Amino acid sequence: MVNYIWVGMTVIGVVFAMINGTMDQVNAALFKSATEAVTLCLGLMSILVFWLGLMKIAQDSGLLDKLSGLFRPIIGRLFPEVPPNHPAMGYILSNMMANLFGLGNAATPLGIKAMEQLKELNGGKTSVSRSMITFLAINTSSITLIPTTVIAIRMTYESKAPTDIVFPTIIATAISAVAAVAIDRYFYFKRTRNGVK
Amino acid sequence: MQWMTTISVWMIPLIICFILIYGTLKKIPTYEAFVEGGKEGISMSFSIIPFLVGMLVAISIFRASGALDFIVQFLKPLLEMFHVPAEILPLAIIRPISGTAALGMTSDLISVHGPDSFIGRLAATIQGSTDTTFYVLTVYFGAVGIKKMGDAVKVGLLADLVGIIAAIIVVTLVFGTK
Repeated sequence: MVNYIWVGMTVIGVVFAMINGTMDQVNAALFKSATEAVTLCLGLMSILVFWLGLMKIAQDSGLLDKLSGLFRPIIGRLFPEVPPNHPAMGYILSNMMANLFGLGNAATPLGIKAMEQLKELNGGKTSVSRSMITFLAINTSSITLIPTTVIAIRMTYESKAPTDIVFPTIIATAISAVAAVAIDRYFYFKRTRNGVK
Repeated sequence: MQWMTTISVWMIPLIICFILIYGTLKKIPTYEAFVEGGKEGISMSFSIIPFLVGMLVAISIFRASGALDFIVQFLKPLLEMFHVPAEILPLAIIRPISGTAALGMTSDLISVHGPDSFIGRLAATIQGSTDTTFYVLTVYFGAVGIKKMGDAVKVGLLADLVGIIAAIIVVTLVFGTK
């Protein structure tokens, strides 16, 4: 899908430039934006290095584990089909903690592990289980505490207060997480009412 | 809503202090751990260069040709009824499909409209508050061989929609629509 959007934007742009007579601007923009993209990545490096370094401390000191323990009772309620001491629960919690602190790369393997365990709980079937949909829903609403990359971009473009979007982001992400759980529940009850589980 | 901005500004330094103090109390070699973790950030930022170059160039062609303005003008009356700037629409569409593509669009919107403009802040909040549903879907389900996805796609996309609407409302309330 991205492939089509990407090619589509470029081709439509060029065709539009032919009709519109904006080929000069397209040429200029082309090379300028390539340079800009590289500059942007270098800008991102500063904050990524700092944040990932800091998160390594949080990981090594057991802070992330401790936080997942704190959230266990709440998250447990969202997954009624997962026994509280099942390894799936541990992976779900660590995945959520990693997402919370913006450790996307650490979150992915943990999420896959969680899915493996959930599949086992579901008898190894290749169809999706209720808990899997809930886990996916929570994951896509991405509860983030610090949106590091976004802050870095705002810094690169000289925002007066690059971090002033942090709290609004947390609120928006919290609303979407609650909504994700509600939507998930709604579809679950719709399925059970129709007799297909 | 000044207090929200204050919390935003205070939060990161306080979290940093907390992590450092906690690590010290747990007798972790804090500096060494920091350096080790930081190395990952270098490879990560290099690895996104091709994604951003590809996407930003495509967006810039689309914009410089006038095609983007054309579409935005076309959709403006409809979206303005809901106080949604039409410029944000391409980002909202691509956000669930590709994270790096959305990152490119976000940085494009921030550079064109300014980081402290309504659109700039809205783009930043949307980018930060939702995740790439299709990525999570393909990677997580793909890795463990789930073939029947059931309601998962619907649930994920609807949650994204709510997230984007929430971002628009929150940013409007906190910063106004300047």
